[in-house]
Amino acid sequence: MAGTPARRVGRPSRARPGGPALGFLACALLPALVLHVVFVLSPYAQAFYLSLTDWNGVGGTARFVGLANFAQLAEDSLFLAGVRNNLVLLLTLPVATVAIGLFLATLLRFGGRSGRSGVRGARFYSIVFFFPQLLSVSIVAVLWGFAYNPNSGLINGALRAVGLDGLARSWLAEPGLALFAVLAVLIWSGVGFYLVLFSAAIDGIPREYYEAALLDGAGRWTAFWRITLPLLRENVQVAFVYLGMAALDGFALVQIMTVGPGGPDGATEVIGLSLYRTAFSYGKFGYAAAMGVALFFGTLVFAVLALRAGHRERVEVA
Amino acid sequence: MRRIPLHLALLSWTLVTAFPLLWAVLSALKTDREILSSPWSLPQSPQWTNFGRAWTEADIGRYFLNSAVVVGSALALTMLLGSLAAYALARYPFPGNRFVYYLFVASMFFPTFLALVPLFFTVQQLGLLGTQLGLVLVYTAFATPFTIFFLHAFFRGLPTAIAEAAFLDGCSHAGVFFRVMLPMAKPGLVSVAIFNFLGLWNQYLLPLVLNPDPDDYVLAQGLAALSTSQGYRGDWSGLFAGLTIAMLPVLVAYVVFQRQIQAGATAGALR
Repeated sequence: MAGTPARRVGRPSRARPGGPALGFLACALLPALVLHVVFVLSPYAQAFYLSLTDWNGVGGTARFVGLANFAQLAEDSLFLAGVRNNLVLLLTLPVATVAIGLFLATLLRFGGRSGRSGVRGARFYSIVFFFPQLLSVSIVAVLWGFAYNPNSGLINGALRAVGLDGLARSWLAEPGLALFAVLAVLIWSGVGFYLVLFSAAIDGIPREYYEAALLDGAGRWTAFWRITLPLLRENVQVAFVYLGMAALDGFALVQIMTVGPGGPDGATEVIGLSLYRTAFSYGKFGYAAAMGVALFFGTLVFAVLALRAGHRERVEVA
Repeated sequence: MRRIPLHLALLSWTLVTAFPLLWAVLSALKTDREILSSPWSLPQSPQWTNFGRAWTEADIGRYFLNSAVVVGSALALTMLLGSLAAYALARYPFPGNRFVYYLFVASMFFPTFLALVPLFFTVQQLGLLGTQLGLVLVYTAFATPFTIFFLHAFFRGLPTAIAEAAFLDGCSHAGVFFRVMLPMAKPGLVSVAIFNFLGLWNQYLLPLVLNPDPDDYVLAQGLAALSTSQGYRGDWSGLFAGLTIAMLPVLVAYVVFQRQIQAGATAGALR
């Protein structure tokens, strides 16, 4: 293509045969862009302004109140319970899900001498492990709502069947247990995806690395700590960011499964539930928008921290 | 022998993931009395009528159809608009290209809850609240960023020589895209379509807010509502049947599809 007229007049792009690209570009980009601006970008942008108003949706007049909503949030005990519960999930969900996912992915690849090929039945396992990922979050919530049922549920039924009647609980109705019951379901439904992600990443590691390590006398666990984990660092980091975002949500499970919802006594309240209730039950749209903005900054801080933590580790490894 | 602990660990997670699903299917075949009195027993005689009752009386059939229409339309639209935009951004350098790309991609990291209140009013002002068209457009808008992000990398990685040969043969821009690039991008399109399908099928928050009429409920909403109402009515077996109806097609399709994906991957590796 060198020496074409386009090159000589110094256009940034090579002149394309096939006619002027402008019309095609417009047709290709505009529909997606219009939808994106109308339904995604503009609502996100409006949320910041709404959070500074006292809009209640009636009459359409929104009074500018500055940061008053945020001052009120700091004293809203139910909202603060939501923040606390989301933080508990944030500290537990990513670590637990990544640990189980990484553990199972490693086991699945423990088969051959190279430490990378699959165990017998690896394909069957990875198909079954992925099941929860396929289910709609409301199916998961309804299913586990039943499984936790104190009288006729799966969990207590199992405990009674093996003679551990004393351990049977009213899982979703005890304040100290309810949030962890929700957490267990979040882990249950998330592990499959990360397991498949990590398995694929392990498959991408050159076989020679493991062979060299085995020749040097390294055991499988040494190979895991010295080869698999460092090379999967970026995947783990991505998993942490996505799981952190899931931990800051939790809305659907809480809304469908728990008593109240959000109960007992705020024990499973999450920010999303507060926001939903404030907006669509009480009609306090400005105040609900402020909750959304608070959640946004929480997510932002978490994402920055998670990415920086990964960066620091990279420096140490190097 | 050394493999036994390994398989025990893998089997126990198999049990953890599969057993609750199996339990739901078995419970769907029991009577209400059996469900309440002995959660772990097998059904005495399979109660197939539970399924009919769930499908018609509990409206699972209608919710299923609503979901299929909305998710099917949104998926088709997402794949069309997303692949076009990804291709344009990946293959055509123009002023503002990076800006537009980041405009799309940045929103992937925003929590949906932030947009929720203004989105409700945007959809309402457009007269689309409680309509299937409204849901389809919103689903599409929220699914395109990831689609563009994923396919952008994919289109960049495709060889340019074939596209340029097509141009020299007199193909138009649209012709090159639909006849050359899209077929070459098929593996990427399939992956992202599966991902989008799962995401859209599992959507709960958006329909909850934007689709308030019970007649128009999608499956996720319908099941959640059903679990409350059937609980009051004591029709546990009907609820389990509804749960099973909602679960099984996706699981069966996945198991079937899984083989195709693996066969395709093997064929690709052998070539």
